[in-house]
Amino acid sequence: MQEMSIGTFLWTTLGAFLTLCIFSFLYRDNPFYKLAEHLVVGVSAGYFVIILWHNGLQPNLFNRLNDGNFYLLWLNSAAPWYMIPALLGVMMWTRFSRKWSWISRWPIAMYMGIAAGVAVPLEMKNRVNLQIYSAMTDIDWGNFFGGSLINSASGLSQLIIFLGTIAALFYFFFSKEHTGVFKGLARFGIWILMVGFGASFGYTVMGRISLFVQRIQYVGDWTKVAWSGISGTYTLVWFITFGIFALLAVYEFIQFMARRKKEA
Amino acid sequence: MKRQIPLLLVLVFGIFMIFQYFVPHESSEWIYEFFLDWIYIIGIFALALGIWSLIRVSYDKIKYKKPNWQYAVITLAGLFAMILFGFDYGRHFFSAEGLSNYMFRAFFDYILIPIQATMFSLLAFFIASAAYRAFRARSLLATLLLVSALVVMLRFNPYFGPIGPYLEQTASWLLNVPNLAAKRAIIIGIGLGMVATALKVILGIERAYLGKD
Repeated sequence: MQEMSIGTFLWTTLGAFLTLCIFSFLYRDNPFYKLAEHLVVGVSAGYFVIILWHNGLQPNLFNRLNDGNFYLLWLNSAAPWYMIPALLGVMMWTRFSRKWSWISRWPIAMYMGIAAGVAVPLEMKNRVNLQIYSAMTDIDWGNFFGGSLINSASGLSQLIIFLGTIAALFYFFFSKEHTGVFKGLARFGIWILMVGFGASFGYTVMGRISLFVQRIQYVGDWTKVAWSGISGTYTLVWFITFGIFALLAVYEFIQFMARRKKEA
Repeated sequence: MKRQIPLLLVLVFGIFMIFQYFVPHESSEWIYEFFLDWIYIIGIFALALGIWSLIRVSYDKIKYKKPNWQYAVITLAGLFAMILFGFDYGRHFFSAEGLSNYMFRAFFDYILIPIQATMFSLLAFFIASAAYRAFRARSLLATLLLVSALVVMLRFNPYFGPIGPYLEQTASWLLNVPNLAAKRAIIIGIGLGMVATALKVILGIERAYLGKD
């Protein structure tokens, strides 16, 4: 039997209950799903408030101004210029006023200007140049077939990656009409894209299935702990939790039968 | 003036940030870090707008007894509970000790994680039903998509006996070769698109972020 304190067991029960609430959407939208859905919206919003306060504002703003004096608006601190982004941040709140909302454009403009300026060289370096650089590897002609057609390290695979990248890029290039040789190139490009999308899709599905299995295991483990409880309290909690869903199932069945009768 | 000054700010800061990247001096790096701190702080202040909107919408729902208003109570309760526990009942506003509050961690571990993980796992079912419609082998391209996805999905299946290892190797090849080529082309495309959009913003061609007057 797994050892678990009653407090942890009750929290785990809540986790299992919410897991079942979300799974109940597979049947149809219902009050249990709505409860979990609205709860997660509030909790995640609160979570981000706290994380951004403690890990964002605190080290980046408050810690830099804390040697200053509140009554002097921290202007006597060692880094008073950090009051400027704080002021700009507060200017964002004028968005709530119809009359003054134009003021919020200044911080938004600074944000956009800095973000766009940073993005130009970084995107060129990280996404474009590095990918082009990685595509320009030597083809291993001495090991062209690599002993098997499905050897990822063979010269043939390297050639497919190189030509595939160019062909897939050309498929999205519309300044040149896709006729003749270019039609063949674009067609090879869409084949590569389709195989790539299929592989990505399969990979994503397997990731979701793993997550699904993990959630089922969570509920299964909780059930095991509940049934092996010595005092019977755990089992009672199990009955209450599943009882709620059993009542929901009975209620839905009665509704379903009533609908069928009405339709007939 | 209400639009010109913001456009000028975008132009000046945008061009400045592009050029500072090419200046090989530590002061340039300092300015880069400094402005990144700025936009991080401004961004966090903007979060307050979102939180306020959430409170306002939920409050209105409750006040005017709109359909399903009861759930808005749950949303607000979750939000305020998380904030209360995150500040350790108001004891730790300016130290990170609130993050280790028992209730804050319990809400994260037993409410946030189970719900979010289950929501993501639900997508397995919806993806499967979407795949049924999309993957019917009606053309060569759809067949390529279908075969490639099937091979990757079945690669760890233990029931294929001697062909199992070949299936796994083929899936590996599909992920490392054609998938890499497709991803590389898409990443290059995204990069060029991002640069083009950033330049449009800096030059004032793209102005949607300013909103309407």
